[in-house]
Order: sequence, then C-alpha cells, then structure tokens
Amino acid sequence: MDFRYTEEQLALQETLQRYLSRHYDFERRRDLARSAQGFSADVWRQFADLGILALPFPERFGGMGGTAVDLLIVMEQLGRGLVLEPFASTVVLCGGLIRDAGSDAHRSRLLPEIGAGRLKLALAAYEAAGRFDLDHPACTAVPAAGGWRLSGHKSVVLDAPSADWFIVSAGNGAAGRGLSLFLVPRDAAGLELLPYPTQSGGRAGDLRLSDVRVDEASLLGCAGAGLEPLQRAIDQAAAASCAEALGVIGMLNRTTLEYLKTRKQFGVPIGAFQSLQHRMADMYIAEEQARSMSLIAALHAQDPDPAIRRRAITAAKAYVGHAARFVGQQAVQLHGAMGMVDEHIVSHYFKRLTVIDMTFGDAEFHLARFSDSLLATASGG
Amino acid sequence: MDLCYSAEEQSFRAEVRAFLEAHLPADIRDKMRLGRRLRKEDMVRWQKILHARGWGAGLWPKAFGGAGWSVVQQHIFEEEGALAGAPPQLPFSLRMVAPVLMTFGNAAQQAYFLPRIVCGEHWWCQGYSEPGSGSDLASLRTTAMRQGDHYLVNGQKTWNTLGQYADWIFCLVRTRSDLRPQQGISFLLIDMKTPGIEVRPIITMEGEHEINDIFFRDVRVPLENLVGEEHKGWTYAKFLLGHERTNNAGIGHCKRGLHGLKQIAAAHRANGRPLIEDARVRDRIAQVELELMALEITNLRVLTAFAHESRPPGPEVSLLKIKGSEILQRIAELKMHMLGHDAIPYLREALESDWAADPLLAAHYPDYAPPLTGHYFNQRKTTIYAGSTEIQKNIISKTILGL
Repeated sequence: MDFRYTEEQLALQETLQRYLSRHYDFERRRDLARSAQGFSADVWRQFADLGILALPFPERFGGMGGTAVDLLIVMEQLGRGLVLEPFASTVVLCGGLIRDAGSDAHRSRLLPEIGAGRLKLALAAYEAAGRFDLDHPACTAVPAAGGWRLSGHKSVVLDAPSADWFIVSAGNGAAGRGLSLFLVPRDAAGLELLPYPTQSGGRAGDLRLSDVRVDEASLLGCAGAGLEPLQRAIDQAAAASCAEALGVIGMLNRTTLEYLKTRKQFGVPIGAFQSLQHRMADMYIAEEQARSMSLIAALHAQDPDPAIRRRAITAAKAYVGHAARFVGQQAVQLHGAMGMVDEHIVSHYFKRLTVIDMTFGDAEFHLARFSDSLLATASGG
Repeated sequence: MDLCYSAEEQSFRAEVRAFLEAHLPADIRDKMRLGRRLRKEDMVRWQKILHARGWGAGLWPKAFGGAGWSVVQQHIFEEEGALAGAPPQLPFSLRMVAPVLMTFGNAAQQAYFLPRIVCGEHWWCQGYSEPGSGSDLASLRTTAMRQGDHYLVNGQKTWNTLGQYADWIFCLVRTRSDLRPQQGISFLLIDMKTPGIEVRPIITMEGEHEINDIFFRDVRVPLENLVGEEHKGWTYAKFLLGHERTNNAGIGHCKRGLHGLKQIAAAHRANGRPLIEDARVRDRIAQVELELMALEITNLRVLTAFAHESRPPGPEVSLLKIKGSEILQRIAELKMHMLGHDAIPYLREALESDWAADPLLAAHYPDYAPPLTGHYFNQRKTTIYAGSTEIQKNIISKTILGL
C-alpha cells in the first residue's frame, strides 16, 4: 500500500499543469466556450503531442499503456483548468469501449487515430425517458443485408457536435434480449444532430436515427452483449469524473481561501470570522475525503470483478457528488454576490461541478445503488 | 500508488486473524460483541496476551519493546481485532504517554516505564483538563512548586478517563505563572498511590462510571518525574495531542460499529421484515459507510505520509478526529434507532456479562438491545473530548489554511 505518485506520474502532472496554466487561463477558456466549436483544435493537438490522448491505450495500438491512476492525474488537471476539450468522451468513454469491447480490427484502426488527435467520438447511450438507465434502449437495431438498420432517439450526447463517430446503443426491439453497440459515422445517411451548449460551457446534442444503415464491421463487441462493456465504460468514466470534480473542488477551495484572506469587511479580512473559518475547514475536509474516494474509484476502475469495481466507483461517485455540491454551494456563498456573477470564475467552477454530478448518475442515484448493494452483503453479516 | 495490500501484508493479516482466533478469550469477545461492561481485568488480560506474542505495542519501535509495525500493519491489526471482538488497548499508556517518553523522556524514565506499559503492569491515565480549562487548556491552574528534591502539587484535574484503575497519571502542571500561559507549564509523571490524591467518580448520563475528578492536595512528586525540561510541557502536550488524535480516527472502532449496525439491521424486524430491507433505513447506513470508506483511506494517506516523511503527526490529524468522532456518533445513533421502542428500557444489570433476560422479556427483547441507548448517550463525548470539533476546526483554519 502506497499513496505516492511515481516520478513519471509527477512529471505528467507537472507537465499538464504547466501547459494549462500557460495556455488555458479563464479568459481563453471563456472565449473558447463562446466560439462556434466550443473548444480549441490547437489545444487538442497539444494534448496529442503531450501523449494524453493515447494515455489509456495499449502500446501495440500506439498507446501509452497508462493506468487508471495516470488517468486520475490527467482528469484532476483538466478539472482544475475547466478544460472544454472532449477528452472524457473521446478517450475515456469511447476509447475505453473500443479498447475493452472492440475487435483487434477496431482497435488497430481507431485507437492510434484517437491518440494522434485525428479522431473524436461521442457516446450515445442515454435516452429521454430513461434518466441514468443504460439498459432497455428504445432505439432499435434490426439486421439488414450485410449489416444493421438503426432507428431511435438518443438524448444529451456529450460532445456530439465535434464527434467524427458515435457509439450508439440499441436494442433489437424485443425486451430482455440485450443491447448492442454500433459505431456510426457522423455523416451517415438518416442521422440527424440537434446541437446545443451545456450548462458548463461544453457542447452536446440529441441524435435522431432514421433507418441509419451500418455494416457488420460497425458492431462493437457481440450482438446483444453490449450492456456489460457499456456499463464498464460508464463506470470508468464515472471514476474519471470523480477526479475531474476533485480538480474543480481544489481550485474552488483555493480561490475561496484567497478571497477570505483578502476581502475586508468591518475593517478585517472576512477570514478572521470564526463562522467562515469553520466553513472553510469543512470545505478542506470535503476535499481531502473526496480525494480518498477518487483514489478508491481509480484503483478499482480496472478490477476484473464487476461487483467490486462497481461498488467502489458508485461509492466514490455518490460521495464526491455530495462533496462537490457542498463545496460549490459554500464557495458561492462565501464569495458573497461576487460568486453569483458570470465574470467571476467561481460561478464557472460551481456550474462545472453541478454538471459533473449530473453526468453518469448523480449522487442520489449512486447512493441508492450503493445502498442496495448492502442487501447483498447483509445476509453474510 | 497502490491501494492493494502487498503479499507480506496479506500474510500478516492471516497471521493476525489466526492469532485472534486462537488467543482472544471467548468471554471478552462476547462482552465486546454484546456491548457489555468491560472490566480493567479484561483489558489487562488482553494486553498481557498480546505482550506474550510480542504485539503489546504494535507501532512502537523494537528498541522500546514494540513490534515495530508499519502504520499499514497496525491498521490491519486494528481492523482484524475490531471484527473479531478484541477489546481496545489503553490509549493513555500506549499512544499518549509512551510517545512522549520515547521522544522527550530521559533514559531512566524510558527504561523504567516503557516495559511496564507494554506488559500491562502499569495502567496510565491523563491529567489534562481542569474545571476552568477545557478547550483553553493552557489556562490550567494546577501548580507544582519546587521544594528541595520534589514538587508539591496542588489543584484539580477533571474529565479524567478510567483513572479509578490507574497506577500512574501524566499531568500538565503550572511551574511558572509570570509568563504567557503556554510558557509556564511542565509535564509530570505522578504515582497514583502518592498521599494527597483523591479520585472522585463522575457519573455520566448513561449511568456509568468512566470519568473522574482528581484532587491533588500537597502531593509530593520527586523531581526526577519531570519529563524533558521544566516549563516546556506545552510542547510535549501538543505533541501528545497529535498522537491522540491520530488514534481518534478510530477506524477499528468505526468498523466494528458499522458491522454491528448492519447485523442489527438484518436481525431487527419491522412489520415482519428485516429493517435492512427498508430503503430509508438502508440509505442512512449507506451514508455512514461512505464516510467510513473515505476516512479509512484518508487516515492511511495521512499516516503513511508521516512514515515516509519521518515526521510526527501534524495538523492533518484534526480532520481524522472530526470525521472519526462524527462517524462513531452516527453509528451509535442509528443502532439505537433500529430498536424503535425497545430503546426505552433502562436495564442497568443487563450490561453484566452473566445477565439473562426474564423469560417474559426474553421472548421479544434481543440480547444486543440493552446497551445501545446508553451507548448513544455515551458517544456524545466523542466530538467533545480530545479537542472538540470546534477546536479542531480552529486548528485547521489557523495551521493548514492560514486564516
């Protein structure tokens, strides 16, 4: 048991931190969020050069062979910088799915392209009435000559507007027969995208598929057996999102502490007031505890036992979600009216934390899932 | 970065488990499991058993008669002990006075006291708080006046835990009053058999005798019982509090409590169904478990950082104390609430190990029920003792956050 980063990990952390502090300040970020694309192609290329777009892939597919802890380090930094680029969608979610469920042909064709920054993907797994449910998609895949025909509606596909490909989950129309995952190109006939911005400055969109024809090679994994790899990818993305939230929490605490030391009222810095000191202490504690939970999630993200993996990650997502809400709300509160304004970075941190909580299952969703896991263990004591 | 236990740590866990199975006396284990009264004799017996195995003081260096364990090994030991129903080891001896003696005591003090602590011969208690000096400990007024080859100690200590059993007490006393309050304090070791010491019980709300007032009237303490330098006691006191709070994460206690809570939730029924099947009950248990999962890792992070950086515990332990005490309280509260109106009877005699319920009562009243309400009352102490939650937050604000 050892909680220290290796030399290589410290170097990765420092490199990314230095790059973002030089090239990704609040002004730049705000300009990017308002731009047509919503992020910077230049930054994306830089990420490719830094190697982080290839981080979690095996070396034989041009990857870095990075671990979940490496990913935690990257995600924490992306959180600190409020980075808009579609890293989680392309690399963690879709890249992870291709790595874990794809054929060697899929891997050798797609993973090096992702790593080089030439290919972006988005996951279309959720639907309008399903809340956070991944199973039972209403979207259907019907076998057709040499492939499949997909029809249905996928909602809130994160980073959809910039994606070259989508990974779409679809059932075969009969209940209880499982779901399948398909690679669908952005320009497929019958595919319609309704783009919109997200609450935290990113981009997303709804997809409508009307008899979209894909070939046999588009099937990712086995027909009808897509749920397990999909859940695994979502679990891993949830673990990564805990680390991103941790980065945002860290910056909110830093910014708020700085404000308490400099903002004066009644002739003293407001940090001299004990009620605010204790609030800040609670925020510090929330950060440390959230870090511990993010570590638990990362260190179990690759666990071959789905039950162990899920229990750890769901615990972390529940805990970090609550911690993020607490720190976010208190940071806005302690900044007084300053925390309310769009001009101030605090409001953007708070909105990012809120969106992270609402992604891949919010704190209540995961608390319920964790709570239900107690039933399985209760009989054994 | 590795959260997994190494092969050595796993085999150590197996060794601890096998030892507990073979050597933990069944009568002590049952008292622990049912929350019944533990006697001094029980704790001393267990300390002697551990000592015979060479495990009397896990974290102490081997040079002082300890096992020289890493913090991870100690964590494994406490976790296994808690789950097996082993009693706690006396913190005042092992975790408080001993580290002070090892760091600031002289060779004679180390040679005399440490072996007697580890073998269970000496029971120590703490003389810190006074009636006017609680959170503001440095304002303490118990005096020690030099008179020839001894100090003459006069004053009163309060909130002393288990001093009725103690052979020795370590005390903070005022040796100078003309300086800042922190600068005139000394750290004295006092034999409880010395004439002039009176131990007076304080009964707490659950009806038990756990704490005491201790009065000192012209108590003669040999000069050689001073630890370190005269007037420097505040430094040693703060050092000790760091060690005390490290233990107050109480991961072992918390795990035992959570385990017991789940067992009660599975056994206790409402409308014919186990309480654990009620999602509202289950969610409350789940929330405590999440806090404990996080704290367990935070605790290990903090402790391994101390080990890697070879430094004594710092202000981070305040976090451990705050969270650990809150978790203990929450578990105690939930356990009581599992009982519904079975929480109401006050059966003092039911805390004795030989208690058997009256047949009329036994038909519906489970044996785990009697101590739970008193335990809930008792555990309110945890956010007050060893530096209240509010004091811990002051420490975090000033020392870590720089406010």
